[in-house]
Amino acid sequence: MAKPTASPVRTGLVHLALIIYTLIALFPVFLTVINSFKDRSSIFRDPLGLPTPSTFSLIGYQTVLGQGDFVLYFQNSFIVTGVSIFFVLLFGAMAAFALSEYRFRGNTLMGLYLALGIMIPIRLGTVAILQGMVAAGLVNTLTALILVYTAQGLPLAVFILTEFMQTVSDDLKNAGRIDGLSEYSIFFRLVLPLVRPAMATVAVFTMIPIWNDLWFPLILAPSDATKTVTLGSQVFIGQFVTNWNAVLAALTLAIVPVLVLYLIFSRQLIRGITSGAVK
Amino acid sequence: MKACGRVNQLIYEFESRNGNKTLGSLKIENIRKSFGQVDVLKGIDLEVKDGEFVIFVGPSGCGKSTLLRVIAGLEDATSGDILIDGKKVNNTPPAKRGIAMVFQTYALYPHLSVRDNMGLGLKQAGKPSDEIKERIGIASNMLSLGDYLERRPAELSGGQRQRVAIGRAIVREPQLFLFDEPLSNLDAALRVNTRIEIARLHRQLKATMIYVTHDQVEAMTLADKIVVLNRGKIEQVGSPMELYNSPQTVFVAGFIGSPQMNLIDASKLGQSGAKTIGIRPEHIQVSKTSGEWKGSVIHVEHLGADTIIYLQTDFGPLTVRLFGEHNYDVDGVLYATPDAGRTYRFDNDGKIIKG
Repeated sequence: MAKPTASPVRTGLVHLALIIYTLIALFPVFLTVINSFKDRSSIFRDPLGLPTPSTFSLIGYQTVLGQGDFVLYFQNSFIVTGVSIFFVLLFGAMAAFALSEYRFRGNTLMGLYLALGIMIPIRLGTVAILQGMVAAGLVNTLTALILVYTAQGLPLAVFILTEFMQTVSDDLKNAGRIDGLSEYSIFFRLVLPLVRPAMATVAVFTMIPIWNDLWFPLILAPSDATKTVTLGSQVFIGQFVTNWNAVLAALTLAIVPVLVLYLIFSRQLIRGITSGAVK
Repeated sequence: MKACGRVNQLIYEFESRNGNKTLGSLKIENIRKSFGQVDVLKGIDLEVKDGEFVIFVGPSGCGKSTLLRVIAGLEDATSGDILIDGKKVNNTPPAKRGIAMVFQTYALYPHLSVRDNMGLGLKQAGKPSDEIKERIGIASNMLSLGDYLERRPAELSGGQRQRVAIGRAIVREPQLFLFDEPLSNLDAALRVNTRIEIARLHRQLKATMIYVTHDQVEAMTLADKIVVLNRGKIEQVGSPMELYNSPQTVFVAGFIGSPQMNLIDASKLGQSGAKTIGIRPEHIQVSKTSGEWKGSVIHVEHLGADTIIYLQTDFGPLTVRLFGEHNYDVDGVLYATPDAGRTYRFDNDGKIIKG
């Protein structure tokens, strides 16, 4: 069957719109990256100019990396984000499996309750969370952040994954039961591989707000040993003087890991989509 | 023929390895199943002997698949007992019931090769790998899947996938094979071939098989015994010809046979003592000049071997099936005469009136 050929004008307009959107979305990132490679005076003299041999400078990176702690901040961000994603995916998928697979009294109610968190921002509970963390002695630990982020990510994860798990054929799970797989094996060996694209989606949605968050690190773990990258960059922003070189360099560095993680997950996404299409 | 000989050899090996292991009998006692307020099964009693091929047939929603799932242990019955080989298995998990099941959607594990699909159950049961390999070899030869063992399900055609699903059941050497509408996702030609294959497997494995379908042709061609289900109850149990020749209820009469039996309101025919009169389309003669019932031709279907004529009569529509080719004009008048000895009379409850 031949596809109806779209008119070139139409295709052109679609592409134009997408290109404009891409440019708008990438412009701040582009600006951050080019200015991070310039010296201070040329950042202000010509903010839009590309770094030239005369204006090129690595002073920002030297400041950031020279600060020494930044490696630690990165490590903290990685630990917090990675562990939180792991728990969100694990618990979210398990809850979603239970909600979609088992009939029990209050199933729908439980699903709604778990989804409630999507509508109520977790920051509303900051004071209570802080009190709880103080009482539990978890202030200034990464555990505090991981707990909060896991709670923050779970509602959306449960919601999205429940929908996806319902699409996994009952026959497949029953075939597993007849072959003697336990409910855990059915979950880990049959269902999880099939909802991988959904897991990747959830991972991306969960990852970005955690990596970029400033609020909870500032409140729950502001000590030097537990600072995340986003919080760490704030040391260069002063009330009177801001070290723009360092801020931009830190931000540029902070983009890289997110980009790498996104590429990994998005490949999963694409694989999931195409494997479904050529069934 | 050569392939056939080889298969027989394999079957022989299969059987000799199996020894004289009894293949399962099944007994169902007063099984009821409700989902909330809805009663899906309303008291089913059934006995299946060793090596029998039993088919559950009925319209959608009659509970046939639920009954199969209850037998498999995938659903718990609300009440009643299931005995496989004389042992009560109500609380036995599916994997320990000595059953294997073939699903309508094949239900192959998409991320495993054909070999691993077939071997997973045995691996899970902790069988030694030599034995697993041997059993997979026998099953794949029986189903000519030898060349595909390393492929993933996605790389197979629909027919091959269904054969893998059947192979996965065979390697488990179950006491009871359960088939849940295994052919309904296949196209017509493949369906006939796979049907023959299943019949052959049953003859060769001499295993007890329970098969669910809504297609009465499958039921008639494969079964030793057909169980007709309607609204959660067994309407009638019998061999295909028993059901065809002596249906006990209006429902069975209408369900078995194609085209459907003509079911005529007795009062419109002026007959007393019965609610419904049934006559199969193939037991009616037609004539252009005289006969018992007058009707006009609405439509004629030429199938080559058969000609099917749809008549509109005073008492409603009437289907007539004639053997061979016949030409009748649409809108023409025809007289139909039922074969007197082959009409059925049913009472107000839909039960047959004997004699």
